[in-house]
Amino acid sequence: MFGKLTLDAVPWHEPIIMGVMVAVMLGGLALLAAVTRARAWPWLWKEWITSVDHKRIGVMYIVLALVMLLRGFADALMMRAQQAFAANGAAGYLPPHHYDQIFTAHGVIMIFFVATPFILGLMNVIVPLQIGARDVAFPFVNSLSFWLSVAGAVLVMMSMFVGDFAATGWVAYPPLSELGYSPTSGVDYYIWSLQISGLGTTLTGINFIVTILRMRAPGMTLMKMPVFTWTALITNILVVAVFPVLTATLALLAADRYLGMHFFTNELGGNAMMYINLIWVWGHPEVYILILPCFGAFSEIIATFSGKPLFGYKSMVYATSSIGVLSFFVWLHHFFTMGSGANVNAFFGIMTSIISIPTGVKLFNWLFTMFRGRIRFHTATLWTIGFMVTFAIGGMTGVLLAVPGADFVLHNSLFLVAHFHNVIIGGVLYGCFAAMSFWFPKVFGFTLDEFWGKVSFWCWNIGFNLAFMPLYVLGFMGMTRRMNHYAVAAWQPWLVVALVGALVIFCGIGAIFVQLYVSIRDRDQNRDLTGDPWDGRSLEWATASPAPFYNFAHVPRITSLEQHWDDKQRGRAGVRPAAYEDIHMPRNTAAGVVISAFGTALCFALVWHIWWLAVASLAGVVATFIARSYDRDVDWWVPASEVERIENARHAALAEVA
Amino acid sequence: MAASTLSVVAHGGHHDDSGPRTTLGFWIYLMSDCLIFCVLFATFGVLMDATAGGPSGRQLFELPFVLGETALLLASSFTFGLGMLAMQAGHPGRVIAWLAATLALGAGFIGMEIHEFAKLVQEGSGPGTSAFLSSYFGLVGTHGLHVLCGLLWIAVMMHQTWRFGLDAVVRRRLACLSLFWHFLDLVWICVFTFVYLREFA
Repeated sequence: MFGKLTLDAVPWHEPIIMGVMVAVMLGGLALLAAVTRARAWPWLWKEWITSVDHKRIGVMYIVLALVMLLRGFADALMMRAQQAFAANGAAGYLPPHHYDQIFTAHGVIMIFFVATPFILGLMNVIVPLQIGARDVAFPFVNSLSFWLSVAGAVLVMMSMFVGDFAATGWVAYPPLSELGYSPTSGVDYYIWSLQISGLGTTLTGINFIVTILRMRAPGMTLMKMPVFTWTALITNILVVAVFPVLTATLALLAADRYLGMHFFTNELGGNAMMYINLIWVWGHPEVYILILPCFGAFSEIIATFSGKPLFGYKSMVYATSSIGVLSFFVWLHHFFTMGSGANVNAFFGIMTSIISIPTGVKLFNWLFTMFRGRIRFHTATLWTIGFMVTFAIGGMTGVLLAVPGADFVLHNSLFLVAHFHNVIIGGVLYGCFAAMSFWFPKVFGFTLDEFWGKVSFWCWNIGFNLAFMPLYVLGFMGMTRRMNHYAVAAWQPWLVVALVGALVIFCGIGAIFVQLYVSIRDRDQNRDLTGDPWDGRSLEWATASPAPFYNFAHVPRITSLEQHWDDKQRGRAGVRPAAYEDIHMPRNTAAGVVISAFGTALCFALVWHIWWLAVASLAGVVATFIARSYDRDVDWWVPASEVERIENARHAALAEVA
Repeated sequence: MAASTLSVVAHGGHHDDSGPRTTLGFWIYLMSDCLIFCVLFATFGVLMDATAGGPSGRQLFELPFVLGETALLLASSFTFGLGMLAMQAGHPGRVIAWLAATLALGAGFIGMEIHEFAKLVQEGSGPGTSAFLSSYFGLVGTHGLHVLCGLLWIAVMMHQTWRFGLDAVVRRRLACLSLFWHFLDLVWICVFTFVYLREFA
């Protein structure tokens, strides 16, 4: 009846997990009670859960990312604490099997359920506004994509309380991840949570490519497209090009585990190195998928807060595109020690070094944008400057690792761990936080609190260096990654410093949530009535804050790269049009969330081999999808009078400010 | 925004061109699906000699049988093409008839494939026998699953054509389904060539 699932799947004897479980259940109940008490369910259902508005879906993506950041960071703190204490024969407080799950979950959560949804959320919020579109190309698919990501996150969270998570490291190399060495449900949770969220990501990729290629406002040629949208385009092309590889690879691993096949096993001709090649054919472009939109956000921010056009827009576009192409030719640098020979290693080493050239071009472009600009030190500017320094260091250690000879010594050490945190935190997370403080008013209509934003930045920046610079040293001292305990006394002081750094970062994360709280509390003092709080340059600043659900009353005609800036210079911005028209908008739909609910049940059933439930939920997925295809009432017209009412309120506010 | 920067977009001009938009999106989806097959073909290429002492393809495959499968699938693409011509001509009844023919031929293909798989498993050459057979079942089976989804889609489109007639939405979906069906044909030609024919080269 319940497959492999028994009451023993719940780790009753693990006090830490049980404590977390009780806390999560109490917190969840409190949240449900609060929503019920506020009678907010109908509102939540109509305005958010079933919404196809790209801005709301973007916000929900970012909320998901922030919630999962807490979980991923809790894992990080636990690892840092374990390593700070487990020296010289001390065992620490985490047993090895639990510790192994924690470092796996940390990596999986931070990449798939923090960085990825944050980036997708930013693209959702900004791209249609920047190109003057009313929504994305396929609004229902967009909602479905989001809820599929949620399904993946739910499965990962569930694995902590029912069964276990993979203890294999975040890319789950076989043969360790095969049934013989990982017989529990952990790797199955890993496979199905990534399959379902990966499907969502692929659909988003298709959606945004079509949106950007087909829905730009008239006059916006590709070379008049804001640079953030350019980076989003390249990122989504990469998504569509590599996520199918991840899907296929994990499907083959699942075939090994479920159907007794031998793709990656040690027996009967299986080839584990093929998995490692395939996973990195996805994995390396994935890091560019995450970083490129952040580069775009930094470009917008630095131009706005320097009061100058972006230096070298065209070179920025070409650099982004060439990074996209080059990202496919470097995957082997993740396993130089495979033994593929000197020539192959040399090729991939050189390709890896070459990628630093377009990245360097970007860095100089940002510096030249700042040069002789009137720089305003907004929180977003601080994140950007912090990024330039941090990312440059991470990039240089990366080029160092790109030398196969050096890599043979440093690979799998804490030097590597320090390197990729240096680029992912310094690049992706800083980028997300910068973008959040930059674009927040566009979504919510008020700006974020500057004081707490700056506190957060400084905590993160100081904490980051305290936490990760010691890891470079430890790498040189020979400490490998993923150690549960160790015997070398000389390592411990450095690991204690790293723990202190992690605690400072903890303050930085706390400051972000305090910032959100304070900003919402004081929102009336910080209203953005103009829609353009930073004296912005691109199209999203031409509409109101918060942007109306139809984005623009009239689709703007584009004549220059910095449309809004030029309009302001020529006194064409914010002028009231003579008349309004009906606007065609997509209707909300529950199909996305229903399909994802069935999908979650399907994945859960597959993890526990509950075959009847798997068949039933698959039928549910297919039936809901087919039912949706019979729904002919998928869009509606906003009457011109309604548009006029909304726009009049905006123009009244504009007049008040003026 | 000023009048000079505005274009007065025709009533609903922004959403009514969703036909070509969907077609482009579907093409991109097909390319992503193509990458899944790329991975499976590459996997087959790496593992095709890893028979681990078990039987090789030459010992297992019956080329005339597979040729029959191929003929069915190619014929189904032809009937689908005729269905699309009927759609262009605006005959919903004929569209449904040709879709039914396609469905029958596709179901015949799937039936033959299931028969072939069952026979292999009965002979003790199942997917767990060797890495070669894993990659064979993985690649051919994934194609078969796609055809199965295609059959379901054809059935749904027959009903939608009957119910809604050949309106813009149905035409758009039939165009996408047609792309999908021909794409599967193309993949099968590669399967036939690199998996089956190669063994007898």
